[in-house]
Amino acid sequence: MDLKDVVDSFYAESLEGLDLMENVLLTLPPGPVESEVINKIFRAAHSIKGGGGIFGFAEISDFMHGVETVLDQLRNGQREASNELSELLLETVDCVRHMFKAARDKKPVQQDRVTSLRQQVDMILHQSAPETSKLKTELMVNPKSSDWHISFKPHPGMLAKANDPLRMIRHLAELGSIRSQACLDELPPFAELDPTECYLAWEIELTADVREDEIEEVFSWVLDECDLIIKPLDSPAKQAGKSARIELKPVPSGDTLQSTDGPAASESIRVSIDKIDNLINLVGELVITQSMLSRFDNDISALDLETLRNGLSQLIRNTRDLQESVLQIRMLPIRFCFNRFPRLVHDISLKLNKKVNLKLSGEDTELDKTVLECINNPLLHLVRNALDHGLETPEQRRRANKPETGTLELKAYHESGSILIEVIDDGNGLNTDKIRKRALERGIIAAEDNLGEHQINQLIFQAGFTTAEKISDLSGRGVGMDVVKRDINDLGGDVWLESEFGVGTKVSIRLPLTLAILDGQLLRVGSEIYVMPLSTIIETLQINSDHINTLPGNSQVYRLRNKYIPIIRLDEAFNTNAEATKLEDGLLVIVDSERQHYGIWVDELLDQQQVVIKSLVSNFKQVCGVSGATILGDGTVALILDATGIVSAFTKRHNVSGMAVA
Amino acid sequence: MFDDFTHDLNTFADHAENQFLTFMLGSEEFGIDILQIQEIKGWGSVTKIPNMPDYILGVINLRGTIVPIMDLRKRFKLQNAEYNATTVIIVCKAKDENHERTVGMVVDAVSEVYDMNEKSMQATPDFGSNIDADFIKGLANIDDKMIILMNVDKLISHEVKDHLEEVKKLSDELESEN
Repeated sequence: MDLKDVVDSFYAESLEGLDLMENVLLTLPPGPVESEVINKIFRAAHSIKGGGGIFGFAEISDFMHGVETVLDQLRNGQREASNELSELLLETVDCVRHMFKAARDKKPVQQDRVTSLRQQVDMILHQSAPETSKLKTELMVNPKSSDWHISFKPHPGMLAKANDPLRMIRHLAELGSIRSQACLDELPPFAELDPTECYLAWEIELTADVREDEIEEVFSWVLDECDLIIKPLDSPAKQAGKSARIELKPVPSGDTLQSTDGPAASESIRVSIDKIDNLINLVGELVITQSMLSRFDNDISALDLETLRNGLSQLIRNTRDLQESVLQIRMLPIRFCFNRFPRLVHDISLKLNKKVNLKLSGEDTELDKTVLECINNPLLHLVRNALDHGLETPEQRRRANKPETGTLELKAYHESGSILIEVIDDGNGLNTDKIRKRALERGIIAAEDNLGEHQINQLIFQAGFTTAEKISDLSGRGVGMDVVKRDINDLGGDVWLESEFGVGTKVSIRLPLTLAILDGQLLRVGSEIYVMPLSTIIETLQINSDHINTLPGNSQVYRLRNKYIPIIRLDEAFNTNAEATKLEDGLLVIVDSERQHYGIWVDELLDQQQVVIKSLVSNFKQVCGVSGATILGDGTVALILDATGIVSAFTKRHNVSGMAVA
Repeated sequence: MFDDFTHDLNTFADHAENQFLTFMLGSEEFGIDILQIQEIKGWGSVTKIPNMPDYILGVINLRGTIVPIMDLRKRFKLQNAEYNATTVIIVCKAKDENHERTVGMVVDAVSEVYDMNEKSMQATPDFGSNIDADFIKGLANIDDKMIILMNVDKLISHEVKDHLEEVKKLSDELESEN
């Protein structure tokens, strides 16, 4: 491992530490601080400072020193938390992020920003020396108990790692007076005793004027190899035992929350040990199956069909399990995307003078890392839009008989093989009339177009469309919603909007769970075979010629349960030749594109199967109506259809011909 | 010794001999820098891509990657693009500014490998605004034959970039048709 790797992981860990600080600071109530809460961020700040010193980021280390001092005062109760202090600390978090980014990209630091923040921090430090009254609270807030009970139970293998329990107990004795008792419960009979293992455990009572973390520090080398419980004698037990902590965390990138440009920090992923163990087990099973099957290779006479068939079905199961587990590795909870929003909402609502209560739900919904990274920006746009245009100011809300504090909800959940993310606000909603008027002005729709409310609302996804009266630095330039839509379509998802004037708006995003694999329906047009993602198919049906109606301009609709659904002939859309010439000889695949149904007409439906998605773009380019390609069992390539793309190409073509007719 | 060699390469790159694989397109012989060529494949069936110009035949599966296939004969508007026993696909790598693509090109037949000094080749004569001339690196003369050295990078990046204009053109055409 060379130094660069170490520095890289220091970056990643520091950025995580900064995220943690940010999250804690955002929820920090004014007043005295709970020691556990502040300890968390103190540790983060401390390791950034320490690491900064080691890896030669003297500037960062210096800067963090001041912050650490403030936190230390908070920790030992010399100072109370306040909104202003939290704000300042949040700013320093941003600033340190910026410094890291500058160091990584080898760009100069914004010196004035750093200096001014340092001055502010210094000012706070020099202001009002700790008062005696506050020292009193210290005792309350931070129990510096004098009597501690420590149960220390080394795992059997601890001695093998050259850790000597005696040394730790001696160290404890240096802190104060101790009474210790060894538990011999697990000591085996002499004949079975393995002298290299540790069978003893200790119950220690320590009388010393120390804090919990000071005791913990004594055991810091062996935390992973023992069960350790430290509790003050006069308070309920508090579990301080540590076990291996492996969590999934994305490597955060970006300086402030708004900017996500620049090179990604590093493409790595943290995977929980469980997932890896599971993989190893599955590979083990696969090896067993393989040896079972390879028996036949050595001795063909032993071939018996029944065993072979069993082996094959086992192989199929193994492969499927293995595939699922491998994909699981790329799955991250959407929490990592949602986590940035409390801060963002906090900042923006301050700026706009709006009161907002942010609700997050479904943070544990897992989705592919790539998808996760790509929805960051669209979600950001939507949240900013909701705050800026959606929610009203407290006065407006009072006038509308709504509670002063608006609610913004971010929701994620799974629905039939896709993930749905919703951004819901209880603000003013969309003014359909205004949108219609604006769309007319801009020539996006024609006066005689008879659009339903739902369709009008979707117009805000058009490029260059904004109804905001004044342009703010947050939104209103009319870039945004169209970008959101494009980004999400690029990911193979779609986005739509529901809104009721005066009541609120809900923007929903539907995304595929993963970009690596999908359940597909194979279908045939002429000699070509295509794959349609099952998630976009509502139903498939045989055509009843009575239900076909032709509209002027030679476009056809199909009546399905009293709804008219436009028919898109795939052979026309793709300029190929279908086998069937008459509509009723083919089949209709009803697909959903932005909550509208379309019937895609094909020759024949074939199998349903899972397909591995291969990129067309990496060696070629984006093709309209095709989201990628896959390789079928016989080695040939089949294109994966993109219903949204086909529909939009169809409507465009339609508009062109419609205009020519008009 | 090795140092000397790389030194030579760097300083006298212009004089270095490059190897070119030549192939036939109609009656002309074309050459591609051999370092750009990944492999040569026999002609097989392709999967069509919708709404592409006729010279983009489609995509094939090359050991798990999707590789687009372009028929160079159709690309350069040569007559009779037949598919017979000698028709092959030359799979080569084309670099863009920041991206390397693997593409297959259908040619009539592979012919020879020649050592050639890039210095000795003649620059492409100026044909005015003929874009196709852009894809030619130069002309070389070997055994009294003219060999057209191709610039695959330019050819492919043009193809890939052209997309937006292509779509626009298509919709314009549609508009005028109606």
